[in-house]
Amino acid sequence: MFRILFLLFLGIGIGYLLRNIRFVHRIGAATQYVVFLLLFVFGISVGRNQMLMDNITKFGLQAAIIALSGVLGSFVAAYFLGYWQKKKEGGKK
Amino acid sequence: MKENIIAFVCFLGGICLGLSGYAPAVLSLPILPVLLLSILVFLAGLGLGSNEGLTYIIHSFQWQMLLLPVFTIIGTLLFTMLAVFLLHEYTLSDLMAIGSGFGYYSLSSVLILDMKTMTVGIDEATKLASLALLVNVFREMIAMFGCAFFTNKGGSCAAISVSGINSMDVCLPIILKASGNDGKWLPVSVFHGIALELAVPILITLFCH
Repeated sequence: MFRILFLLFLGIGIGYLLRNIRFVHRIGAATQYVVFLLLFVFGISVGRNQMLMDNITKFGLQAAIIALSGVLGSFVAAYFLGYWQKKKEGGKK
Repeated sequence: MKENIIAFVCFLGGICLGLSGYAPAVLSLPILPVLLLSILVFLAGLGLGSNEGLTYIIHSFQWQMLLLPVFTIIGTLLFTMLAVFLLHEYTLSDLMAIGSGFGYYSLSSVLILDMKTMTVGIDEATKLASLALLVNVFREMIAMFGCAFFTNKGGSCAAISVSGINSMDVCLPIILKASGNDGKWLPVSVFHGIALELAVPILITLFCH
């Protein structure tokens, strides 16, 4: 369970210690290629999953609902934070 | 944008290969995504740690900057919880895990695939991971095309929040421009992205167990 978090913080630690070595920045850019490969492999397992391919429109609609809920939620929360901070700043002046 | 198109082509290519049934057995070994995910998480950490912006952020850090990512997380998760009333076939924790991607589609989907395979099996895990991929691709697209609109309607805070993880890269120039190039939003926006990048694996680990 904590393997992922361990790797993440290990990476951050090593990256921070070696941040002045230019090579490290280039490794960071390699992340993109791992993402491409990962999505390719993930795509294969999606393509093999018959149930998923048969219901792709349904999943698209469900995904849109979840994405819009998240967007709306963060918009509302941050709108009030911004409003509150502005009011506080205005009060100081 | 270019990276997103290549990523999409890779994913689509994988789907076609999987559909055709000609995928070499080595590409469907269960260890492969786990291994790639581990490399990706380590590299993401390396990128975060060696980020030049990080030193700058540490110097210009104020405790108030933590508020925005916390509000983004709370707002997103609260409203994602509401979606459970429309989507009965998913459990609340699954929906929360899917919503916790904040636009980071690659990492969030494969993290869910990895963690859910252990508990509910590969088919159900692939379903949840695909949903997470779609949700977070949608979120990135809404953020990219809408962030000038969000800045005008709800202020810079709201636009940064909606952008999620992308507030530190793709959406940053648009947000800054729409905010009238007010320099004070640069550290806030970059810090927001970094904080969420850290939060994604933590939250998903939490909701998948």
